[in-house]
Amino acid sequence: MATYKKEFLLDMFMRMNCARYFEEKIAYLFSRGLVHGTTHLSIGQEGSAVGACMALNEGDLVSLTHRGHSQAIGFGLDIDIMMAELLGKKTGYCKGKGGSMHIADIDSGNLGANGVVGGGYALSAGAALVQQYRETGKIVLCFGGDGSVNTGNFHESINLAAIWDLPLIFFIENNQYGMSMPVKKHLKIDRIARKAESYGIPGMTVNGNDPLDVYEGVKKAAEHARNNKGPVLVESITYRWQGHSKSDAQVYRTKEEVEKWKEKDPIKRLGNYILSHGIVKEQELYDIMAEAERWIEEAYEFAQESADPPFEEVLTDVYVEEVSR
Amino acid sequence: MSTETMTYRDAIKLAIAEEMRRDDNVVLLGEDVGEYGGAFGASVGLLEEFGEKRIKDTPISESAIVGTATGAALAGMRPICELMFMDFVTIAMDQLVNQAAKLRYMFGGKAKVPMVLRLPGGSGTGAAAQHSQSLEAWLCHVPGLMVVYASTPAEAKGLLKSAIRNDNPICFIEHKLLYKTEGEVPVDEEYTIELKKSFVKKEGTDVTIVSYGAMLHKVEEAAKYFEGAGISLEIIDPVTLYPMDMEPIIESVKKTGRLIIVHEAAKTGGLGGEISARIAESEAFDYLDAPIIRLGGLDVPIPYNRNLEKAVVPSEEAIKEAVLKVLNR
Repeated sequence: MATYKKEFLLDMFMRMNCARYFEEKIAYLFSRGLVHGTTHLSIGQEGSAVGACMALNEGDLVSLTHRGHSQAIGFGLDIDIMMAELLGKKTGYCKGKGGSMHIADIDSGNLGANGVVGGGYALSAGAALVQQYRETGKIVLCFGGDGSVNTGNFHESINLAAIWDLPLIFFIENNQYGMSMPVKKHLKIDRIARKAESYGIPGMTVNGNDPLDVYEGVKKAAEHARNNKGPVLVESITYRWQGHSKSDAQVYRTKEEVEKWKEKDPIKRLGNYILSHGIVKEQELYDIMAEAERWIEEAYEFAQESADPPFEEVLTDVYVEEVSR
Repeated sequence: MSTETMTYRDAIKLAIAEEMRRDDNVVLLGEDVGEYGGAFGASVGLLEEFGEKRIKDTPISESAIVGTATGAALAGMRPICELMFMDFVTIAMDQLVNQAAKLRYMFGGKAKVPMVLRLPGGSGTGAAAQHSQSLEAWLCHVPGLMVVYASTPAEAKGLLKSAIRNDNPICFIEHKLLYKTEGEVPVDEEYTIELKKSFVKKEGTDVTIVSYGAMLHKVEEAAKYFEGAGISLEIIDPVTLYPMDMEPIIESVKKTGRLIIVHEAAKTGGLGGEISARIAESEAFDYLDAPIIRLGGLDVPIPYNRNLEKAVVPSEEAIKEAVLKVLNR
């Protein structure tokens, strides 16, 4: 049984709470009509996203999905700048031009969230090729969802990564639904991880609602990828508490099912682990939660006070105008 | 500038080799580009010089080829990828249109995608409907992409080198009928051709003809024919089809008062319509002495039979007729 440092566990707990409060805030803002467009929430999946990101080393890269807020926060993106992007502000990660589905920060190794289901797989393979080519020792953690494993891009990219032994983890968050279609209906096999065998690479399943199980699994996968042994497929079993997007009436599932999964709350699970191992007293966890909530409120204030991008911005950034070399 | 006679195909290969020697961030990805040397031989010998690490054979996975190149470009390299036929760009459209073209804008200018996608296009090889298309107009409808069309061996070298050095995702179209054509090509390793610039290939006074690709050569033949009859054609090769430099075309039409656009791509929705509309919107409109004529491919898939295939794209005869018609003769 692995033992964890206090700082590590509290950091994990903090990131998960930040993700939870961030998305609850976003849900609230949408319900009040204070944000335009749409958004895809990952409430309930924080253990999966944060656990996976925390298994990475400094300098490793990630590619996120359209349901990417927890992934981005897990990776350590700045909450103020993320919130500003969701509000379409000039101070956001993409100057307000990307929004919820395109949060990216190339300099820090975040290759971007992707609005196209399965759209990030080949991009990740390309980024992993660069690491292999330059022998950087870095790996790419590519997030995907259960629905995306039925796209051609998944198949093409995982096969390419496998034959080239790319340092890449295909991390599939199986949250039980591709929009409304249950995974049991959209896949004939019982475990997505089993697909790995057909590409000649290792596959594993982790409990996505247990961030420590996710962490351990991804750590192992990362070691494999980092040692030039090629990609790994990790399936993380989890559940999305909210609808697919803000306009989802959720007619395809029962309240009872959702309630049953809420009992497996990954944040509570980690909290209980921390308490049962005597890492800190309960009050300290409440303090962390309060701090996370306060950070989100401050992020919202920062975003609200930020300016919209000027109209001239509409025409910039289509091309790199100058030749670089 | 010292030159060497070489084929269009060898000029492409030379451009790739020179840029790969110059910058180790340049790699080549594609189906059968290694040992086989590419379906049209444009990478024969490159594997021997650069090795498997830089000349990478891919599985038959067009979407992953373009996506992997896009991701590699995003993460700091300068990949060139080859799709065996331009027709197969349809399979890679998501990665090209939704990813490569948009990442920079979506990410607020904090990313760049220096990638070249080589696309052998065009008809005339008896390859029928799925291996003969000219789909440049599709690509020219996507802001964020650049579309470049090389029509001669010298252009192939100079443009491809510029494209590889450019920081944007560039669709580089090569016409399959041109691979074996020969021409004088500058051997200077710093020989490049400026992108986003249209070129007057031949000066003239009576009719402006805009054309590119294999059609450009038919237009040049027509121009020679008319020289004898005292009719002077001005020929403009836009080269970068998107974003297109309209200034030389506008200036030319102001001089000649007559415009014909010739391309192989299906006429409906083709670039001829865009160029016509831009002339109609420009100051050159007032100088027009005759309606603009567009010569494009027939609006049909490319047929297999040799005679039918020929009938689909504008012929030299059709170009001559159009010249006489626009001159009202």
